[in-house]
Order: sequence, then structure tokens, then C-alpha cells
Amino acid sequence: MTGVEGYMYPNEIRLYWSVLIVLYPYITGLVAGAFILASLERIFRVEAVKPTYRLALLTAMAFLLDAPLPLLFHLGHPERAWEMYFTPHKTSAMAMFGYVYLWYLMAVLTFEIWLDYRRDIVLRSQQTKGILRVIYKIMTLGSSNISERALNIDERVGWLVTLIGIPSAFLLHGYVGFIFGSLKSNPWWDSPLMPVVFIFSAMVSGIAAVMLFYMLLTKMRHKTIDMRCVDAIAMYMFYIFIIDFSLEMLDLVHRIYEANESFRSLNFLVHTKLYFSQIILQILIGTITPLVLLFITQVVKLPEIARKRMYTVSGILALIGIFAMRWNVVIGGQLFSKSFLGYTSYKIHLVTREGLLVALGLTMLPLIFLWILLKLLPPWEDEGAHAPAAGD
Amino acid sequence: MNGFKDIEHLFRFAGLFVIAILVFLVVRGFIVPKSFGEYGHYRAAAIPQIAALPLHYAGHQACISCHSDIQAVKSKGMHAGVNCEACHGALEKHVLDPINVVPVKLNTAVLCVRCHAASAAKPKSFPQVNAAEHANGIACETCHNPHSPAIDAGGTK
Amino acid sequence: MKTTRRKLLILLPAAAVAWKYVLAGTPEQAPNYTMTDHWWGMLIDISKCIGCGNCVRACQTENDVPDGYFRTWVELYHRSDWHLENPIVISPDGGKEGFPSMKPDPDGEYFFVPKLCNHCADSPCTQVCPVGATFITPDGVVLIDQTYCLGCAYCVQACPYGCRYIHPTKRVADKCTLCYHRITKGLTTACCENCPTGARQLADLKNPNDPIHKFLNTHKVQVLKPQMATGAKVFYNDLDGSVR
Repeated sequence: MTGVEGYMYPNEIRLYWSVLIVLYPYITGLVAGAFILASLERIFRVEAVKPTYRLALLTAMAFLLDAPLPLLFHLGHPERAWEMYFTPHKTSAMAMFGYVYLWYLMAVLTFEIWLDYRRDIVLRSQQTKGILRVIYKIMTLGSSNISERALNIDERVGWLVTLIGIPSAFLLHGYVGFIFGSLKSNPWWDSPLMPVVFIFSAMVSGIAAVMLFYMLLTKMRHKTIDMRCVDAIAMYMFYIFIIDFSLEMLDLVHRIYEANESFRSLNFLVHTKLYFSQIILQILIGTITPLVLLFITQVVKLPEIARKRMYTVSGILALIGIFAMRWNVVIGGQLFSKSFLGYTSYKIHLVTREGLLVALGLTMLPLIFLWILLKLLPPWEDEGAHAPAAGD
Repeated sequence: MNGFKDIEHLFRFAGLFVIAILVFLVVRGFIVPKSFGEYGHYRAAAIPQIAALPLHYAGHQACISCHSDIQAVKSKGMHAGVNCEACHGALEKHVLDPINVVPVKLNTAVLCVRCHAASAAKPKSFPQVNAAEHANGIACETCHNPHSPAIDAGGTK
Repeated sequence: MKTTRRKLLILLPAAAVAWKYVLAGTPEQAPNYTMTDHWWGMLIDISKCIGCGNCVRACQTENDVPDGYFRTWVELYHRSDWHLENPIVISPDGGKEGFPSMKPDPDGEYFFVPKLCNHCADSPCTQVCPVGATFITPDGVVLIDQTYCLGCAYCVQACPYGCRYIHPTKRVADKCTLCYHRITKGLTTACCENCPTGARQLADLKNPNDPIHKFLNTHKVQVLKPQMATGAKVFYNDLDGSVR
């Protein structure tokens, strides 16, 4: 077998979790992070981030719709996936995840978006024509009551849903971390910090994604970027990033200090096969650089254009760094032997079922979902829902 | 009644949920295998299915029920603990159809060294030879009877 | 006398089929098998293993194990002096074709370690299966329902011993069944049947007459990775501390 150094158990030479399993926590992380940003405005009354509230909800939705697809492509028998819902094994974190996902998709996100957009949906169902009209009609669920009292009730129910949504978002992504963190067989994953690290890195990536989308889409619409909003988002991103980085460092320091039986093997791995993706990409480029940039924007009074550029660069680097973190967890956890006596290699193929093309496609797909959602349910306050362009 | 009018749309949404859950429960009732959960959280019918997989090795008892003459020789020698199929291979087919399925004659030059080639990794008490020095190309069974390999005073040529 | 019976059987092939069940098979009457009367495990005596690879070949023949994957395999350890932490281990093609001849090393120790599924009583692999496609039977064997398995590979990740793999064509999890189709018919496993030195012994821990009890009560045995607390039921005699 190619790429084996030292001794691997013979069944360990191949990796059973591919790049698609890297994508899956990355995408669910973006969902959870975007939702947390939306809840900042709703629950914590951070008025400054209001311009991104709806965009954050739609971003969360677009990525949530994509999230199970990498899993389905990865399964040996995707046609049996329904078994997760019909006979869920209560001791399996993965089985429970199926329910958490459905709960989050339907009870939280869909409901909240529906409540928030109900007035727009009803108005559009009366103003549009053709197929769009039918779509909006279905979305009203046959009720066109947008009296002040009804909308007021929606507002309060929506607040409650967001309140439930925050722990749900934590649960959604904490569970993904737990899937890895609860395996005693694998010392690279086995850590109670794993779910927490996953949640905080998810928040960083989700916030960064919504911030970038907001700046990009505003530019594309030839409007001015609300700097008060972007400054606030960047500040939150900075603080959460610090917590995320501290947790990751705590995990690292703990491992180095404790130096248990797996340490020599994992240490070697980090200095060889994972050196680029872990040390360079994840820590130096993807974490420390954006943290320094964000720190500068917090302490130095910079002109608007410089801030925008620094936010953009930090956002992109954070997204890369967190993707690298997922990669290092999922792929890194399979590169060493559970005998601690050897290492294998991961070779990604281009056009196989779990290959690079499928992975790229599944990364691009949420952008298409988001584009459709933006067309269907425009989140922009400055455009208004009263006079949508016909055939928008 | 006026109060209900303004929350009616919420009930419509909840109604969708209830319908979805009902459909789920009905489908679940049909689709979950009947034996699921009989012993635990799995399909109990899988156990007899796995137990019914075909045999390839017939087992020592099946061999000696016919070849008791060989067993009589073997049971007194050093290879008493070695089951027939360990050398002769999987022979369930021969047991089911002894006339048409005949085991191939074994090549002792290949077979014996599988176990008896000298290596420092093997337990010291296990008889090992350097085949080239030991036999000088002469087939093993020239001197040793594979079913009772020790060359005693009488010599089993 | 004996040869006469042999000839008779050859003359009567139909009778031969019957013979198989009558003679070989008093225990082979599967209906007599009661799951709750058994609790299966295995005993591996490292001091007897010669690394011939017979068990690996037998397993592949009996269970149609795909090339390059292993339900059982044999490792050759070379541990020098006191360096318990970094033994040199090889297992060319799982030991299927045996091992190269080793030169004596006065400063070290060689030994073979056969591995297979430990049929853990508290198995981490069955714990994580999202749909109940892998489970421990009432007689203590960890099995996979391959008509129900999703092929998610979570169980493969959860096994600390590397005993599971995803079958390349069936695309479901696969592993040692402890030859469940044999042991329920009163036969031993293919690997034990074909072990020339008796280094592998199938053990029924619920059967008071099984020789395993005498062995366990008179020897110092160990399971692999006891710190994993999996309730492993494959017991090793003479297991070196360097084995992982």
C-alpha cells in the first residue's frame, strides 16, 4: 500500500471518512454561526447588526439545506438513510443528530423565517403574477391575515422561537463535535472540549460568512455598507474568535503537558503530515493573522476603507482557517494508527463519489440556495416589500 | 372568536407539523422490519440469516467419520492436534459429494515449510528446519509421513 | 473394516450426504442451539503461534473476505530489550502468506500476535451505530446486519482495535462474525479449525466444561487495550506489554 509509514492495522490503511465528512461539520458550523448572529439582534437587542438579521437567517437556511447532502453522498447505502429516523439508536450520537437536524430545520429556522416574512409573503402573493404568485400563495398557508395584532403576535412568537433557537443551534453543532469527541478509540478526537471548540469555531465561521455576504451583496446592489453594522459584527467576531482560539490552545497545551500514550504519535503527525494544514493554515494563517488584523481594527482608529479591507481579509482567512480545522480533525484523526506505530496518507480523487468535484459542488450549492432565497424573500430593508419589481 | 382569528395562521403551521408527524408514524409502522427489537435494538431475523451462511470447511469430525484409518495414524503422532483441513484445505464440498469432488494431492515441498521453515520469530520449542540444508531438495515425504512425521527407530519410509 | 466403510460411502453418494449430518452432526442440529446457553469468546496463546498465516487464509476462504481487508490478521512484533514503547511491527498482507524468516536477535524478542474482533461485551462499535445494524447477540457475538447497514463507517471509527472495514463492493461495514454460521452448528471457527498448533481456541464462557475455564484459572492472561474497558472476550496468554 502506498503512503504508509511504520505500522498501520491492515484495515486502517484506507480512510473511511473522506473530504465530504470534512464539509459536513464545516457547513453545519456556518448554519449555527449565522443563526447566532441573527439572534444577537433579536434576543440581545444589538440594534447595530439589524441590517444583517434577515440575511443571516437566509444564509443559515441555505447552508442547512445543503448540510445533509455530503453525508448522503458519503453513505454506502444512501437509500437506507430513512432508517436513522425510523429506528434511531438511542446510544448513537449520529442517530440523535438526525432528529436535532430536523427539529432545527423545521421548528426553528423555517418557522422563524416564515413568521418574520409573513407580511412580505402575503403582500407578494397579492402583487405578483404567474408561478411566483402560486409559490407565495402556498407559503401563506392560506392565511392572509396581516392585521397589526396578528403581526404583533408573530413578533412575540418569533422572539420565543429565537430563544429556543439559540440552544438548538448550540445543540446542532455541539452534537457534531460530540460525534467526534465521544469516541474513546481515537485520542485525536476524544476530548470533552471538542463540542465546545466546534461551537465557538462555528460561530466565528458563520459570523464571518454573513459579514462577507453582507458586504458583497451590498456592493452588488450599489448601496452603501452600514459601517456601524459591520464594525459591530467584526467586534463580536473578534471576541468569539479569542474564546475559540483560547479553547483550542487549552486543548493543545493540555495534550502536550499530559503527554499520554498517544502523544508521541500525534506530535509527530502534527509536525509532519499535518504541518501545513494545522500549523501553517489553521493556526498561523487562519487564526493568528485574522486575530491580529481584527485586534488592530479594535485599538487603532482606521479610516473606513481600511477597516472594510481588513474585515474582508480577516473574514476570508477565518473561513479558510476553520475549514482547515475541520480538515485536521476529520482527516488528521485517521492518518495515524490506533496502534500509535504508524501513519497513512489521504489521497483525494477528482471524480469519484466522494471526490474533489463532488466536494466543490456541495460547497457551491448553498450559494445557489442562497441566491434563490434572496430572490424569493429579499432581506433588504432599504428596498421594502411594498413595491417589489414585477417578475423579480 | 375574534382573538382566535389573529393566531389562526399559527395553527395552520402547527397543522402541517401534526400531519407530517402522523404520516411519519404511519409509514414507520409499515416500514420497520417485524423482528426489530425482539432481542434488542436490531433486526432479530438477521441472526438466523447470518447463522445460515454456507460452510467451506467441514470440520475435523466430518473428516474422521470416514477417514478413521488416517486418524488412527495421525492421533499417535506429532500432528495429532493438526486438523485435516489445515493442510488439505476447505473440503465441505468433498463431504457433500465425495465422488465428484476429490481433494488435490498436496505438494509437501511447499506445504511443510509454511510451518517448519526456520525463523527466530517462532517459539523455540517448535520444530524448525532450514529446508535447503535439511533436505537438499528431496521431498519431505521421502523420509517423513506427513500424518505422523517423527522418524522413529523403525522408520516410516 | 474401516476401508470397507469408506468404499461403501463412495458407492452411495446419497448416503454420504446423510452421513454428514448423522455422524459429523449431532451438534450440527441447529434447532438444538439455544442462544442464551452460550457466551462466546476466544483464547489466543501467543507462545504457540508460529505465524504460518493459516488462520488468515482460512478466514478469507470461509467468509469471502475481500483482498486487502482482514477479519483476522497476524502481526509480527520485534521488541528490543526494554523499549516497550516502540516495537517494530510488520504484517505483510495481514500475514496471509506467512512471514519472512527472522535472524536471531540476542537483544530482543520476537513474537506473533493474531488479531480479530474481540466481540466486546461493552462494544464501542455497537454503541455508535445510528440504526441498530450492528449488535451483540444473546450469545455474545458482535454481528452486522448487512441488509440494514447504512455504510456510514461510524463503527469503523469507534473500534479501538481496527477490526472493522467497509466492504469495497457491498459498501457496508464488515468484520469477524466469530464464524457464527459454524459455532451455532457445533463446529469451531475457521481460524481455530485451521490453526496447526492450537494457538487459537474458541471458548464458550457459559459452558462449565469448556477447557477455557481451566486455562484461565491456571494462567496469567490479558486482553488487548484493557484501558479501553470494552469488555473484550478474546483472551491472550503470554501477551507482551509492547502489544497495542
